Amino acid sequence: MYAWIGQVLRVNLTDATIKKEKLDPALLQNYIGARGLGSKLFMDEVNPQVDPLSPENKIIFMTGPLTGTLAASGGRYNVVTRGPLNGTIAASNSGGSFGPELKYAGYDGIIFEGKAEKPVYLWINNAEAELRSAEELWGRNVPETTDMIKQATHEEAKVACIGPAGEKLVKFACIMNEYNRAAGRSGVGAVMGSKNLKALAVRGTGGIKVADRQGFMQAITDARNKLKAHPVTGAGLAAYGTNVLVNILNEHGGLPVKNFSEAAVFARAENISGEYQAEHCLVRNKGCFGCSIGCGRVSRNRGKYKGIGEGPEYEATWGLGPNLFIDDFEAISKANFLCNELGLDPISLAGTLACATEMMEKGFIPREKAELRWGDADMLVEMTIKTAYREGFGDELAEGSYRLAEKYGHPEYSMSVKKQELPAYDPRGQQGIGLNYATSNRGGCHVRGYMTSPEVLGIPEKVDPDSTEGKAALLKIFQDLTALVDSAGICLFTTFGQGLPEIAEQLRQATGLDLSDEEFLLAGERIWNLERSFNLLAGISSKDDTLPPRLLREPMKGGPHQGNVVRLELMLPEYYTLRGWDQAGVPTPEKLQELSL
Amino acid sequence: MEKIIVVQPEKCTGCRTCELVCSFTHTGEFNPARSRISVFTFEKVGFSSPVLCQQCSTAACMQVCPVGAVSRDNKTGAMVVNSSRCLVCKACTIACPLGATFYDHVSDSILKCDLCGGDPECVKFCPSGAITYQEAGEAGLARRKAVAAKLKDVYEEVS
Repeated sequence: MYAWIGQVLRVNLTDATIKKEKLDPALLQNYIGARGLGSKLFMDEVNPQVDPLSPENKIIFMTGPLTGTLAASGGRYNVVTRGPLNGTIAASNSGGSFGPELKYAGYDGIIFEGKAEKPVYLWINNAEAELRSAEELWGRNVPETTDMIKQATHEEAKVACIGPAGEKLVKFACIMNEYNRAAGRSGVGAVMGSKNLKALAVRGTGGIKVADRQGFMQAITDARNKLKAHPVTGAGLAAYGTNVLVNILNEHGGLPVKNFSEAAVFARAENISGEYQAEHCLVRNKGCFGCSIGCGRVSRNRGKYKGIGEGPEYEATWGLGPNLFIDDFEAISKANFLCNELGLDPISLAGTLACATEMMEKGFIPREKAELRWGDADMLVEMTIKTAYREGFGDELAEGSYRLAEKYGHPEYSMSVKKQELPAYDPRGQQGIGLNYATSNRGGCHVRGYMTSPEVLGIPEKVDPDSTEGKAALLKIFQDLTALVDSAGICLFTTFGQGLPEIAEQLRQATGLDLSDEEFLLAGERIWNLERSFNLLAGISSKDDTLPPRLLREPMKGGPHQGNVVRLELMLPEYYTLRGWDQAGVPTPEKLQELSL
Repeated sequence: MEKIIVVQPEKCTGCRTCELVCSFTHTGEFNPARSRISVFTFEKVGFSSPVLCQQCSTAACMQVCPVGAVSRDNKTGAMVVNSSRCLVCKACTIACPLGATFYDHVSDSILKCDLCGGDPECVKFCPSGAITYQEAGEAGLARRKAVAAKLKDVYEEVS
């Protein structure tokens, strides 16, 4: 087999058994890998109504056919499970060397089922795999855990683990690999915690073959040249990291402030921008495995918030910054380092803190709980730690903004979709991203259909951000292509500089599949509909394809998009029609047949 | 004039693209464990560097070889292993001060950088310019200029 290994590990944690299983080639062709293949296997095996934190839930780590090859930024893996934050199908994506190493060890993925009696970790050394006790690791943070496992196994082993947040079942706990890379969203870390699975460590020294060596080399060379020549992937992201977006979104009037309650313009944006980071804190640029972009940042803080680590990325900078009215970059950075060490998703943490702060300011949550105020950087750092360990009010924050706001009688202050906190773009300044938030298969998320690309950055071409026209059709293409990209095992950021033709060509040359560009895109659509079907069976439906009331009813208070609300009612029916779904958002039998679902 | 490989760790992002292209060029597979260049990353301080054979002028691999299987390629300047002569005794892997000559159990042979016959693939693919292939006389120039630039900054600060 080319590009894929054709084999997965099945680990039953309840009875501590490990089996190797072959993958069905027909599944590979239809679902490609990573997000798509993982979701297909998950859906075939797990009841969509499963309690996410019960032993009956499973958690699947899956790579794609391009993972571990020279495809540009081809180092991704996905974690698929039913997420505890909101019960949707979670496919959480991470870079680094963990995914490639898993393939070099001889596996496309790992399926975990059941629950271990006591804390364990999985050690894979090529063909050998064993469960080892993790009792000494339990309670340790990510760097400590990673160091100890490397010491006990192999110094070049790649380690993915949870921190205290995952152990404490924080609803937005991450899985961290190689210290700083995160399968960040939907609370996948809590699923590991619920299974007493502390970590996975892999050492692999095998190889990956491709179907046509010359053809693949040509395809990846063409793609890499395109990325190098593109202003975003070749210059902007390399120079300033993802924080290049701070000033861009602020000028656009789309950088949300104080839980989306004010005009999406932050007066002190320059203090927290990529330019500021480059000048004051940058140690060096960091690339994920096989990456030609290198958008990662190693940052150093001096003084009060002393420390060194990776990030913060744009979403974290915004969430821990303007959304909490904080303009101290080093405080933001410190909270982000803590998120990495403790295994927390900074987007959901920040969204939950913003929701709590607004509710306290309005008197809906009593101040005896905590002294949350806008712009309090020290409180941010303190609450990050308390949330990870569920100490004091942190125990309530650990449930996410929706459960918190609902508990105190005002769910409308949770800036979330399907209970997952929104990322860093006010949709009242971008109608298309509003439709994306409302329809994303895992709730509030920017990496399911990144409409900021055409609406703000003008890639592949500029569209009017305030218009609803044509957004449904454009979003459908973005969502389907993203599903393909995530399933191939490459980074979504490459799509700023390369499109379907380049991606399909790399897949063809690597796998030998004789599929047209359109057929590969159809695989993306199939994966999208599969996820939708899972959510419908899980009880998540068109009633949940909506946005927080504030974004639908409270006009933007200032900036270039003053007076706007998201006109979801103009876009959603058209979106359902274009998707081949009925007006209840359910795929029609004809559509399911077309997609062989 | 002879060219040499110049590594600038401060530019390395740790992406390991060099390992991928090296292993693919020489073995036909993507397999960093069989790459002749290896990147080491020290995550906690944010430092990465590729390590590979520097084609020593006084080459320990050549001196230690009991059968004269290691010699300098006149065209490229690379130290190359003649596999038909090589006993795979592995003395060169012990002698190499950089650890850049090593044993490959898959092919049962000695691996080291051969400069891809004078057009190193790692150099072509390195996305950040951390590995370059330069005329020997020019090689230190960029580094010396960078040092001078730092001195200039200090000078400006104190003056």
